[in-house]
Amino acid sequence: MWGRVAALLLRYLYLYRRSLARSMEIFFWPVMDLLVWGFVSVYFRQVGAPKAVLFLLGGLIFWDVFYRSQQAITLSLTEEIWVRNLLNVFIAPVRISEVVFATCLLGVIRALLSTTVLGLLAWFLYAFDLLRLGPALLPYFASILLFGWAVGMCTMAIILRFGHAAEAIIWGTPFLLQPISAVFYPLAVLPRWLQAIARVLPSTHVFEGMRATLETGRPALGPLVPALALNALYLAAAGAFFGWMMRRVREKGYLGRLAME
Amino acid sequence: MTPERVIEVERLTKRFGEVTAVDDLSFSARRGEILGLLGPNGAGKTTTIQLLLGLTTPTTGAIRLFGLPLREHRRQILQRVNFSSAYISLPFNLSVRENLDVFGRLYGVRNRRHRIAELLELFEIPEVVDSVTGKLSSGQVTRVNLCKAFLNDPEILFLDEPTASLDPDIAEKVRAALKSVQRERGVTMVYTSHNMREIELVCDRVIFLSHGKLVAQGTPREILERADSESLERVFITIARGGRLEN
Ligand SMILES: Nc1ncnc2c1ncn2[C@@H]1O[C@H](COP(=O)(O)OP(=O)(O)OP(=O)(O)O)[C@@H](O)[C@H]1O
Ligand SMILES: [Mg+2]
Repeated sequence: MWGRVAALLLRYLYLYRRSLARSMEIFFWPVMDLLVWGFVSVYFRQVGAPKAVLFLLGGLIFWDVFYRSQQAITLSLTEEIWVRNLLNVFIAPVRISEVVFATCLLGVIRALLSTTVLGLLAWFLYAFDLLRLGPALLPYFASILLFGWAVGMCTMAIILRFGHAAEAIIWGTPFLLQPISAVFYPLAVLPRWLQAIARVLPSTHVFEGMRATLETGRPALGPLVPALALNALYLAAAGAFFGWMMRRVREKGYLGRLAME
Repeated sequence: MTPERVIEVERLTKRFGEVTAVDDLSFSARRGEILGLLGPNGAGKTTTIQLLLGLTTPTTGAIRLFGLPLREHRRQILQRVNFSSAYISLPFNLSVRENLDVFGRLYGVRNRRHRIAELLELFEIPEVVDSVTGKLSSGQVTRVNLCKAFLNDPEILFLDEPTASLDPDIAEKVRAALKSVQRERGVTMVYTSHNMREIELVCDRVIFLSHGKLVAQGTPREILERADSESLERVFITIARGGRLEN
């Protein structure tokens, strides 16, 4: 199994080595975001909101981890459709779970890479020391990554079922979740009814926990429990959804269709 | 001893909503045989191959490869088969070596370097090994795809219009390579093509499909005799226009 997962991973690492544009894209958007929000938070500090820099940059970096991991999963299969390689992968003796797992690992690699770059930049430009806070944040880092996997599996299933027509969903879904995940502001800011919805998302608890940790510098374990419990639930549901969609896709003969699009 | 039946299809039907793409189809193929799948556009050839690869699930009917039901043993079976077609490709942004290496690993091929060199040699394109796949001519791409299809030394090879984009010279070379692999290793092939001359040259036996139904089968010679015809092309046109062969 590991041999096959490694082979699938290697395929994407070869791609990044070959394609400068594709590898730059890992860094381009997050760095641009960091620049804009970093300077916004510097401005906030000047006008007298000193914690703003912590919360904004922390939110930004964690959001990026979520976004990268969701995108890595979905885009890698979209890439296979695009280069007409999908059938080659699906007729190889790999389990679909191995394909999904390889793309999840790719998500981890991409998230680690961009977090490293963002962390360095934030330290250099805004004196935001991610490393000092790092260990305390680690459980939240892992937790937001897992939520990225769950959402990524759902968007990937939708792409297999609906093809290119559904591509907007890949980009759109994370941004649908962003306002209710309390990324850049505390949950308490939201109207009460929206808070109720936000609480069902693991991401909300991750960002709440992240802010609490940044505030005190010590791991805030409170929100970790609902974050992990909800993640387990979402991952199981995403797995079931993916499996159900794959059966539909096989019934309707969409794999062949996608391959010829 | 009669040669082993490596493909057994029994009363296979696939419906897509209103359309019946494959209609109560039964056939089998023996080890080492090249079986041609013929029929007009939309006859159900591609659907049949996709059913045999487990990419699509049948509405009803049974598929056994190497005596094993496909449904329960899909991965074990896929390890021993492969597929190539003009409508699929390898990632164009990777080099030929990288692509073949990745698939070699997926199939658990040992000694990949040597195997890749050997296959590129067989299809007479050793010079492309370090080229980026997207920069190759379509004839070269087709042959690289065939190299991928032979990586795992398959016992059954499904080829959906493999020569569709080749010039006559290269198409001839590809056919020769396929025939030689068939002779040397006893590979079973299921082959579709709209080039009737090619079918006569390559296939040991053919199956005619029309609207998903099997309408004729036999060796190319048997079919010509039965139809009292000079060429498969004439037979094809007769069948495509709804005519029948007298038995
Ligand atoms: N996924 C699908 N959903 C709905 N209809 C489909 C699907 N795949 C194939 N069909 C239909 O099934 C029939 C058989 O198609 P198929 O592609 O198997 O034909 P074919 O013999 O390969 O044709 P060609 O010579 O053009 O390649 C056609 O009517 C086609 O429109
Ligand atoms: Mg076809």
